[in-house]
Amino acid sequence: MATENTSNFSRRGFLKASSLASGGMLIGFNLFTACKPKAEMPIDISKLNFVDFNAFIKIAENGMVTIFSPNPEIGQGVKTSMPMLIAEELNVSWKNVIVEQGVLDTNNYTRQVAGGSQSIRFGWEPLRQTGATARQMLINAAASRWGVDASDCIAKDGVITNGKGETLGYGDVVTEAASLEIPENVTLKDSKDFTIIGSDAQNVDIDKIITGKPLYGIDYKEEGMVYASVLRPPAFGQVLESFDAAAAKEITGVIDVITIGEKARKLINSEKPGWSVKLSSSDKVVVIATSTWAAFKGKKAINAVWKMDTPLEDSESHDKKLFNLLDGNDFKTLRSDGNVEKAFAKADKILERTYESPFLPHNCMEPMNFFANINDDKVKLVGPIQTPEALATAVSILLDRDLEGISVEMTRMGGGFGRRLYGDFAMEVAEIADAIRKPVKMVSSREDDMTTGVYRPSTKYRIKASIKDGEVTGYHLKEACVNGNMYGLIPNFFPAGAIENYKVDVARFKSNITTGAWRAPYTNFLSYAEQSFLDELAEFTGKDPVQMRLDLLQKVKATKDEKREYSPERLEGVINLVVEKSGYRNIKEGVYQGFCSYYCHNTHVAEVADIVMENNQPVVKKVTVAVDCGIVVNPLGAINQIEGGVVDGVGHAMYGDFKFKDGRPDSNNYGSYRLIRMSEAPKVETFFVENDLSPTGLGEPTLPPAGAAVAIAINKATGNRIYKQPFIKNMTPKDIIG
Amino acid sequence: MPTYNVTINGETRSVDADSDTPLLWALRDQLELVGTKYGCGIGQCGTCTVHVDGVATRSCLLPISAMEDKKITTIEGLSKGGDHPVQKAWKEADVPQCGYCQSGQIMTASAFLESNPKPTEEEIRSVMSGNICRCSAYNRIHKAVTIASEKIG
Repeated sequence: MATENTSNFSRRGFLKASSLASGGMLIGFNLFTACKPKAEMPIDISKLNFVDFNAFIKIAENGMVTIFSPNPEIGQGVKTSMPMLIAEELNVSWKNVIVEQGVLDTNNYTRQVAGGSQSIRFGWEPLRQTGATARQMLINAAASRWGVDASDCIAKDGVITNGKGETLGYGDVVTEAASLEIPENVTLKDSKDFTIIGSDAQNVDIDKIITGKPLYGIDYKEEGMVYASVLRPPAFGQVLESFDAAAAKEITGVIDVITIGEKARKLINSEKPGWSVKLSSSDKVVVIATSTWAAFKGKKAINAVWKMDTPLEDSESHDKKLFNLLDGNDFKTLRSDGNVEKAFAKADKILERTYESPFLPHNCMEPMNFFANINDDKVKLVGPIQTPEALATAVSILLDRDLEGISVEMTRMGGGFGRRLYGDFAMEVAEIADAIRKPVKMVSSREDDMTTGVYRPSTKYRIKASIKDGEVTGYHLKEACVNGNMYGLIPNFFPAGAIENYKVDVARFKSNITTGAWRAPYTNFLSYAEQSFLDELAEFTGKDPVQMRLDLLQKVKATKDEKREYSPERLEGVINLVVEKSGYRNIKEGVYQGFCSYYCHNTHVAEVADIVMENNQPVVKKVTVAVDCGIVVNPLGAINQIEGGVVDGVGHAMYGDFKFKDGRPDSNNYGSYRLIRMSEAPKVETFFVENDLSPTGLGEPTLPPAGAAVAIAINKATGNRIYKQPFIKNMTPKDIIG
Repeated sequence: MPTYNVTINGETRSVDADSDTPLLWALRDQLELVGTKYGCGIGQCGTCTVHVDGVATRSCLLPISAMEDKKITTIEGLSKGGDHPVQKAWKEADVPQCGYCQSGQIMTASAFLESNPKPTEEEIRSVMSGNICRCSAYNRIHKAVTIASEKIG
């Protein structure tokens, strides 16, 4: 049992400290809310209590610091960068820091999430506060032991030195420090004194990754574990009518064949379905086996009959519906400044263009999988999930179990990209485990993963602008999408605030195809449409694209738009930097460049793509990126994210295609679905705008403008505009034959 | 269920599995060697790459029944302490993002450099294109292979 020292929490309840039974100090803190007054600190590391504390720092008697990192790691680097913030203020050497992934025990707090590129932005203050507070406690303990004033002591690299030159290591004073009063007003370092933040830090898991250690949900194993494979409806909207498992049961290794779906259906039809809307309401056939391979084979051997009352969906009908929406009048207006209709009526010239995108599957390299072990006392869930606390809640409702008895252990994820925000697959496993009462791991085959996904919705944009006396006077953006896409804040991104008459309208139709967030949701295609349009608008008005952008930003600076989400100065900064570094005003013969700049996920970005024509095909050679993300916490990790976002954006814009016929996707594996490969990946050169502003995220912001930069460059090379993605299927013959 | 005796990372191991079980799944489920990953099952993504008699091969396409007389190396056996020049280069370049494809990338690169220690840029890009990296850390992977070739060559 924890021994609670009542003096041992900050008055604001931000963090608590205790001594560990095994020696050392443990500090627990709540990143985003105050700790509850009655929250208890464990004295045993194995009893880490994530109910009230979502992160911990352990300082051992040998001076080693272990940071239990709160936010799930999908490859965006937060398991490395968030602890860096703590270590910086704690004044320990980064080489004496070990990072462990935090566990979720129940869900009494917010933001233990990987998504939206927000982890660093939200963690910046609280994580540094925590490190600084711990540092001060250690200093206070040393000062007390020496009988000197704390202000005479300095802490550096895990060692405290007093005015006389005497030293004590952190490990020497942890026990006393743990019982001290927690200081309230600690000072944070000036950015010029940073020694860890802003320096390169290697991925904390790199040794384990390069030697093949078990890290991912799909690697997880427990004694007595069985394997499950789920047969879901092959076409969206279908439900199971009947099935024959005789052949499946004959397969060696197949233990049983069951169905699930009743509990999920109850939830789907309830008042608060939550994620369950991403699940089919059909029954599903589940093969339980002694190995993954046997489970896969068993599933293939099931003979199932599916039925559907309404017509199966296909891409032709989707396109018709989307065009009908765009051509119609049934929109929801998200923003309206001035009067676009009046501006259009008075215009000298009008430009109107339509842009089209396909659905996109996420294709995380590690396919969907999850583990569950359920008995009457405990619900144990282990696996890759971007939203652990939401999963715990969903399962507690699904199975009618107390939240307190549910634990979620997050494994490292082989990619997230938004797919693992939705724990639909984990809910399936929970229903399976509840039925069979054995530890069970479900693995989706790639075909299952690709065909029963939660896709980036197919979307069409129509953008119309009016020109009067050489100026853009009106701008009307219309979105038509499947299920739902753009939301509240996006209409306040550029060019909102730059054009007097400005309107954003959205329309949608409901589909059985499950859709959701995909890396840089909404902006991943909106940026393409808008940047392409702005470039064409520049051509239409005889302006240089960069100058037109800068002129529009000047107009923004002159107006006072409180809703505006971006900073015109910061956009100017990245534009000027990218123009300088890409050689935009000085291009080589045979190289064609496309410029764009974009703000999303709180970060300002500008990109220039260089293409050359080889055998009359456009080849993307290089993308120059200018980024303003404030202070760059870990440059080594940051550049990896930036490059990854660019290449991912280029790849999907060029190749990503996903159509439906008879309710089924037309691709189910990499033989038919094309992902970008190394031979097609452009070089990427990154430049940061240097400033002292608080850091903003990098997991998503460089992806949206990348496809646009390439399309614009292709236009410079061929004179043709591309209005549909993927480019590879939508370039005119002239682009290819030349 | 038949039993197969396979040589993995220098050790003889016994596997009880159906004859058509891909080596990939025998490694992962029966032999507790989960470093070799599943990505597609059709030899298109490269995450399952191992060395079979020194040649980089997609283990999802190899039935266990055909593996008894082969010398198989997985990521776990590439080096004793993670100090193969390719692994060291991977650290120097800080390659991984999510990390899932990395074993396969390292196994492809290490076999490739064994047979071609001084590759050109094009050769690197061409050979490594069999391995998908969904996080698109391709430029880092390229850099690491270049560093490794400098260490080896």
